[in-house]
Amino acid sequence: MEYILKRGIVFDPANNIDGEEKDILIKDNKIVEEVSNNAKEIDISGKLVMPGGVDLHSHIAGPKLATGRLYRPEDIRKGIKKASFGGVDGFEAGFSVPTCPATGYRYTRMGYTTVTEAAVPPLEAKDTHEQIKSIPNLDVPTLTLFGNNWFMLKFVKENNSQDLMLFISKWLKLTKGYGIKIVNPCGSEAWGWGKNVKDLDEPEPHWGVTGREVIRELTKVNEKLGLPHSVHVHTNDLGHPGNYETTLETFDCVKDIKKNKNVSRDQILHCTHIQFHAYKGTTWRDVSSGASELIDYINSHNHMTCDIGQLTFDETTTMTADGPMEYDLFKLTGLKWSNKDIEVETSSGLIPSIYSNKSPVSTLQWAVGLEFLLGVNDPWKIVLTTDSPNAAPFIRYPKIISWIMSNEKINDMLDNEVHSWATRRTSIAAYDKEYSWNEIATITRASPAKILGLNDRGHLGVGAKADVSVYDIDVNDFDPTSLQNSSVIEKKLLNTLYTIKDGEILVKEGNIVQLVDSNHIWCNVKGLEEREEDLINRIKPEFNKYYTINYENYGVCNHFIKPDTRIDVEYGD
Amino acid sequence: MTMLEYDEEVNNCVCFCCGNNCDDITYLLKDKQIVGIRNACRLGASKVVCHPDQRLLNPMIRNEEGILEETTWDEALDKVAMLLSESIRPLLYGWSESSIESIKKGIKVSQLTGAVMDNSSTIYHGTTIQAFQNVGHPVTTYGEVKNRADVIIYVGTNPMSDHPRHLSKFTAFPKGFFRQGGRKDRQVITWDPKFTNTAKISDDWIQFNMNEDYYFFNALRTVLKGQKIDDEVAGVPKDKIMEMVNIMKNAECGVIFLGLGVSQTLSKQRNADILIRLIEDLNSYSKWSMLPMKGSLNVGGFNVALTSETGYPYGVDFARGYPRYMIGETTTIDLLNRREPDVFVSVSDDPVIQFPGYSIKHLVNIPVVQIGTTWGPITELSDVVLPSTNLGIETAGTVYRIDSVPLYMKKVVEEPRNCHSHEWIFIELYKRIQQLKCKGDN
Repeated sequence: MEYILKRGIVFDPANNIDGEEKDILIKDNKIVEEVSNNAKEIDISGKLVMPGGVDLHSHIAGPKLATGRLYRPEDIRKGIKKASFGGVDGFEAGFSVPTCPATGYRYTRMGYTTVTEAAVPPLEAKDTHEQIKSIPNLDVPTLTLFGNNWFMLKFVKENNSQDLMLFISKWLKLTKGYGIKIVNPCGSEAWGWGKNVKDLDEPEPHWGVTGREVIRELTKVNEKLGLPHSVHVHTNDLGHPGNYETTLETFDCVKDIKKNKNVSRDQILHCTHIQFHAYKGTTWRDVSSGASELIDYINSHNHMTCDIGQLTFDETTTMTADGPMEYDLFKLTGLKWSNKDIEVETSSGLIPSIYSNKSPVSTLQWAVGLEFLLGVNDPWKIVLTTDSPNAAPFIRYPKIISWIMSNEKINDMLDNEVHSWATRRTSIAAYDKEYSWNEIATITRASPAKILGLNDRGHLGVGAKADVSVYDIDVNDFDPTSLQNSSVIEKKLLNTLYTIKDGEILVKEGNIVQLVDSNHIWCNVKGLEEREEDLINRIKPEFNKYYTINYENYGVCNHFIKPDTRIDVEYGD
Repeated sequence: MTMLEYDEEVNNCVCFCCGNNCDDITYLLKDKQIVGIRNACRLGASKVVCHPDQRLLNPMIRNEEGILEETTWDEALDKVAMLLSESIRPLLYGWSESSIESIKKGIKVSQLTGAVMDNSSTIYHGTTIQAFQNVGHPVTTYGEVKNRADVIIYVGTNPMSDHPRHLSKFTAFPKGFFRQGGRKDRQVITWDPKFTNTAKISDDWIQFNMNEDYYFFNALRTVLKGQKIDDEVAGVPKDKIMEMVNIMKNAECGVIFLGLGVSQTLSKQRNADILIRLIEDLNSYSKWSMLPMKGSLNVGGFNVALTSETGYPYGVDFARGYPRYMIGETTTIDLLNRREPDVFVSVSDDPVIQFPGYSIKHLVNIPVVQIGTTWGPITELSDVVLPSTNLGIETAGTVYRIDSVPLYMKKVVEEPRNCHSHEWIFIELYKRIQQLKCKGDN
């Protein structure tokens, strides 16, 4: 099928197109230079056009979600919506832990076409892929959890970087994973004994390995293999006052490691939901923002990137592989606590969280996230996320965009809506930056695609994947900086005029018109197969002894990943 | 003893008997038929090889004389499609031996017909799920128990009889990473009013009075919090309770397995509520988790699949075009007791064995459809019988273990000539119901 999207106002930062009136030509699943006379014209004169949205850190499928839905029927009841009459989309249910189909519908309506599932325990990777099969309309890369894996800890302890590399390369194949995720390295393993590690240098109780060693070794492996994405790190000490120092050390601990020369990304370290890692002080009583120091570091270094984890004032569900942190939250709030330790690999936990604009701590967290959004100079180094659903469900992205485009709106909130800690304990009031549409396109499309190493998306250049979102905003007659328009922005960005993925129209005039199967994106390292088999033969006895399923039943078979995109990475010594 | 003759071995199969899903089963085949099994327990082995004479092999419809008569798939499926599309309150119950793939197809049919979809959680561990929803969900996987646990408590469950390989493969006996001594590195304790087979192999057995579980658990929690208790609670002496709390506090890693003896006694979900609270408190001292001992093959998987698709774990009512879930209102026993359903479809489970008499009586008065593999009490009540295949033997598919670890079961032998998988049956039903609906609209 061929389409011409006529006379939209295009924001395509990767190709330096900043609000030009331009036709977008689509043939089959690609953006092209020319189409035939049969191409169907769609008139979108003056409307806002961007590449399809790319979310690089979200929790949408897997055991954590299954638990969240199972134990929070009160959240499911919040998002009930009947099926559209005569439409292809069915009913919706859930707010912070929506059902799989609802997740797909909502992202599609927001114009997102790629969403990364950010934490997959290998043992339950089948569950993640099985749930992705129930989510329509997305491309989903999954990040595999390695930061507390026993084999990894053993190889790091033995300084055996060769086997560690083979292990990672093989495990990405087994789990059909896209990249390396590290969550509270060594801390989640210590949680097996009800303990935690307090910082980057406290050793894990059994292996004696530290978070610093884990992050460094996995970064080296990541660069040796030349994986498209860098290591994706949730640093130690999340959500504790005073943790910004650990975060700074984490930023700094890999900076001497050389980036693989074949990769297109700039960073070797991606630090995720940075908002949760940027607090000063010793307790929640004397806590204040530590964002300034971290922003200074980010602005002056090029080896790292981060995403925000911006908070909004909602009742949501936190979920993470950082088990000890969830127990800390339970001690703090007393809300219903969920924990699940996964043998040999990780811990994990959930707890509902109520963020209120009347609460000093919530407000501080809200302001810290905004500090990063407004303080980091180069939008290519940051990505808009809410660590959905941890700081807010992903359907709050439009609301956040409406805030950062309008200084007037933020000031209005500071004056009238939020607790005074926002101004007293953070520097948020000092910023007057306002995002342009081009910068919004960067932090929601171009930058996450680049950081993920997915070069076929996040832009609208010739040859790119035909993922396009068109919003019902007349760019040239619309002032996003005005206070009155902030609710308009939210409404319009929540529901596209058109969402096009792989050249297929999924949303037309605001309604979902087509559902397609989601695509599982995974990484396949070529050239190490024989050595991987040798490693498996060596570790299989241990594997079968300490896991409770056989190695033969461990991997995710092709049944679970139809359709898939395999990204081959050639290993070069 | 004669040697078993076989010409093919299929290894690393997942057992299709219970929720432990042992994945080291070897099937021995001769002429493409299973003639022997290795590694399975007696329950697992007998489920595969016994009762071939009771296998349902052809679709059947009950005729006017009240006799089940063999028929074609077309006729049987059309009849079921007609029943479901004309019904105003259909109930699709069972699913514990269906794969995730077929449950998802079942959800589609339920949505299309505005049915209620439910599984045996409604009579077994639904109360435990309610407790998760009330107070929390501190669970673990089996491997954590094997590798770390030094105190294992069984309460109201008897895995030595119900899940024979549970202790030997996953929990008490195997050598774990931090428990190289296996059984002797661990303390196994049973809390049960009865001296069960599990109590027999335990280091300690605490007998509490029937239906006084809540008092006993509450006393443990009270002592843990440093408060005073009576000299005897629920028939257990104070000293014993103090000793128990001491053991739990000083464990390095502990796990409580709870069964129907907790979830279905007088205090129902409150029992699991307080056990979860106890575990939350214990985590201030050491590491504790719990796991409900679910019975059938894929009971947990049903809850996962249903929550992924509808948001709710069981008892989901599609009558209004969006899912509703209200225990006591949309759950099977309550629906049957209120005489609401007008068509009942039993998928792989046998409700006549499981349900109370008063609930079953209603099934006599309404059309009943059985989708299953063997002739059982439900067959006697059924108006249409659709013979299905055994998951993990004749059909491949995904199941979830008790601790929610997913496993993919492979196909080992061909299905009997005229039997079909649940997935196929529900795809066919969906098509036929949709056709009927289209006709009705015209």
